[in-house]
Amino acid sequence: MKSLLPIAIVLVLATAYGLWYQRSRGKVVVKSDKGLITQEMIGALLGSRVTLVQFSSAFCSPCRATRMLLEDVTAEMSDVAYVEIDAEANLELVRTLDTGTLLLFTYVVSSY
Amino acid sequence: MTQVSNSTKSTTIIDARGPRFGAVITTIVLATTLATNNVWVIVAQGIVFAIGAIKGPQFTPYAFIFKSFVKPRLKGEFVGEDVRPPQFAQTVGLLFALAAIGGSLFGVNAIFTVAVAFALGAAFLNAAFNFCLGCEIYLLLLRARSK
Repeated sequence: MKSLLPIAIVLVLATAYGLWYQRSRGKVVVKSDKGLITQEMIGALLGSRVTLVQFSSAFCSPCRATRMLLEDVTAEMSDVAYVEIDAEANLELVRTLDTGTLLLFTYVVSSY
Repeated sequence: MTQVSNSTKSTTIIDARGPRFGAVITTIVLATTLATNNVWVIVAQGIVFAIGAIKGPQFTPYAFIFKSFVKPRLKGEFVGEDVRPPQFAQTVGLLFALAAIGGSLFGVNAIFTVAVAFALGAAFLNAAFNFCLGCEIYLLLLRARSK
């Protein structure tokens, strides 16, 4: 049947992309640039030990759950700060840090 | 210069499993559209997209099926989700549906097939991988536009 060919093509391509997406998310990228993220850039105080900087957007479904988790985890740690940044309102910063097309991108900034 | 997000302000929270269930039905409906080449199937799906885009994904017939028959049988914990991402996805779906209907109206079958194929791919990614294609494209467009 000729008409089933587009369905097959779409499902194969989508599955390939979906598998790639699942594998690539949550990947840790280590950058050692000192002063990559400063207090002025994020408009908030950095934690004395570690700062978690999360980039979110209104149309990002995992962002909300991640925010709740990170807020919860960091609430009891006085030396760890959590900062959420609206990617849409800070496109300049998104481009500077090159977060790619990822909607949800969390930076872990060490103060040491 | 930089503003900290104010997305903590109250927005409508819906059961995240609802839109995903809707994506499963949407996938089946769009695959049926391609298999049968019947424009009326995409018209019906387009109406569902329009309800989801304008009123919200929690008001579509698929959401009604989810609430009445699926949700009572689910044992898992309630997982809340901001209504805006799935609502935006419905808007993207509506645009594809309109393109497909337009293609069919003007007798350009290739546009019909490609538009439905894209919508099918997006719905399938959402159903199978919980991946919101429209949401990713949104930020990509924003970045491209402001360059």
